[in-house]
Amino acid sequence: MIIIDERYCKGCSICIHFCPGKALEVSKEVNSRGFYAPKVVDQAECTSCKQCELYCPDFAIFIVEDAESADG
Amino acid sequence: MEHHLLKYLREEILPTTHCPGCGCGQVLNAFVNAIDTLRIDPRGIISVTGIGCSSWIPSPYFKGDTLHTTHGRAIAFATGVKVIRPDSNVVVIAGDGDLAGIGGNHLIHAARRNVGLTVYLVNNYIYGMTGGQVSPTTPFGVVTSTTPYTNAEYPLKIAELVAAAGANYVARWTTYHIRKLIASMEEALQTKGFAFIEIVSQCPVAYGRRVGLRDGVAFMEYFKENSVSVRKSKTMSEEELEGKIVVGRLARRERVEFTESLRKIIEEQRTGTGA
Repeated sequence: MIIIDERYCKGCSICIHFCPGKALEVSKEVNSRGFYAPKVVDQAECTSCKQCELYCPDFAIFIVEDAESADG
Repeated sequence: MEHHLLKYLREEILPTTHCPGCGCGQVLNAFVNAIDTLRIDPRGIISVTGIGCSSWIPSPYFKGDTLHTTHGRAIAFATGVKVIRPDSNVVVIAGDGDLAGIGGNHLIHAARRNVGLTVYLVNNYIYGMTGGQVSPTTPFGVVTSTTPYTNAEYPLKIAELVAAAGANYVARWTTYHIRKLIASMEEALQTKGFAFIEIVSQCPVAYGRRVGLRDGVAFMEYFKENSVSVRKSKTMSEEELEGKIVVGRLARRERVEFTESLRKIIEEQRTGTGA
């Protein structure tokens, strides 16, 4: 599951561009710092590849394994 | 819910001071990822930095001892730290202007001595913090704030230079190759002796806007298209390699580390068994 920590996002869009599953898009509203943070389009598109988490320069996006998949 | 790597960072001063899309944050991300994988105690790491954007990677964000030194002298300070505290993990993170420019001689001689440092040189092709002046690694023919009619100098192949100087571990990666970079950072941290990684990184603000790479995404796509592996580069001519970034491990040796040799000599002289 994708979690976005909007406090730290500077709106560079690297996560959106490099997401292989197209799970993210640019938000239409600015965050508290005035940047267009990413928004999750569809959590089901996320394969937990962690590309966004590893590429993020600001620790603003990360993946948490779902409770279901952790059990299985 | 919080990012699992925030435990290594000083949260109260985040986000970092770097511009949106800057590669410095990605290097910090990769660095803490490597530390997390190796389960190194950050309190055992002493990071030494110089002056410049890249020197802001560990200082002040990384939760460990940090020495933020004068311009170009990071390796000189780090050598001192390593000699006094040989058991600590001394990590130098600084930029191309710092380590290849003003501190170039310190870098060459620390590699020659094989001092047990882990050096991450963040090469963004420019002096970013001071307004985009030409640096020793700026490519030929590009426009910067101090070369408004294009750069007449050729860039320094800094990783190859350090490999020739005798470092135990030398590699080059870009911010696009993030997983390879993390694995390489882990190898460097575990290397005894001088370990060096040139991390080609993006500066969309001071460099990119003058060469048509205006954001981090465009820059990373450029790295993706223009990178060549070390193996493939051996089959290519010098003309074909013009403008390409050779990525991979460039050197690996097992020479004895400097402080180890130094301690051995001191011990021999103390006990009267030496030459």
